[in-house]
Amino acid sequence: MMDSLDRGIINHLQGGFPICANPYAKVAKQLGTSEGELLARIRKLLDDKVLTRFGPLYHAERLGGGLSLAAMKIPPNDFDRVAEIINRMPEVAHNYARDHALNMWFVLATETPQGLQNALGAIEHETGYPVFNMPKVKEYFVELKLQV
Amino acid sequence: MSMDAIDRAIIFATQEGLPLVPQPYHAVAEQVGIKPDEVMARFRNMLERGVIRRIGAVPNHYALGYKANGMTVWDVADERIDELGERIGQLDFVSHCYQRPRHLPDWPYNLFAMVHGHDRAETEQKAQQIAELLGKDCRAHEILYSTRILKKTGLRITG
Repeated sequence: MMDSLDRGIINHLQGGFPICANPYAKVAKQLGTSEGELLARIRKLLDDKVLTRFGPLYHAERLGGGLSLAAMKIPPNDFDRVAEIINRMPEVAHNYARDHALNMWFVLATETPQGLQNALGAIEHETGYPVFNMPKVKEYFVELKLQV
Repeated sequence: MSMDAIDRAIIFATQEGLPLVPQPYHAVAEQVGIKPDEVMARFRNMLERGVIRRIGAVPNHYALGYKANGMTVWDVADERIDELGERIGQLDFVSHCYQRPRHLPDWPYNLFAMVHGHDRAETEQKAQQIAELLGKDCRAHEILYSTRILKKTGLRITG
């Protein structure tokens, strides 16, 4: 069970974590706890998968790589074979089944834009189905705001 | 946007996250083989350039009780999409908002917004708020729920 300190940590840490010699001590002070307690709580929130990540969040395209969302329409009786092909590609970061005619949705992240095209081509070739490539055209400003 | 070898080494050292030790930037410095001050300066610089969006925590919506995470997709008039996308991005239940290409005739939607609710009824009610905001500028929409996570790993670069 999460207590009010856990909730405070989750709310506080979505914003900018300080860049200084002892950042956990600084945040602990703002939250009214100790550095050791804060570190232990973050570790536990990560272990319990309440947090999926803690650290710098990188902007893939600005690192010079390729990033895209892609979708496929796979017949149910061929779904597992296609999922296996897609999941074993290191370029695929996430893959979700969704309740739609386009029933498989995955995110590709590659070190170069060409790598993205190669991966999309390989998926079409190996699975025998077309890929609907949906790279973002524009990202709209989203505030950080999940309050718990 | 160029990424030099030191930035790359810093990114590689923090792919799994920021070290959970009292002096995390010192720990990264030791791993990369440069001074802590340079690590901190480079983090500040990468934040300014937008290579790093922010340093912080990513909460798991599902673990926090948001069990109905819907990818809402909208067919919005092209000439209005930027204005409307910005407004949808500010709604407190939207975590990502993007314009993406249509694939006609299979896929007419050009605006994507991730909506988080405790259950589907709540997510649908929130999607309804978006529908009202878009009004006549939206021709059609759908909500796609994930039924299964097939794979989930972080972004990877090779060292």
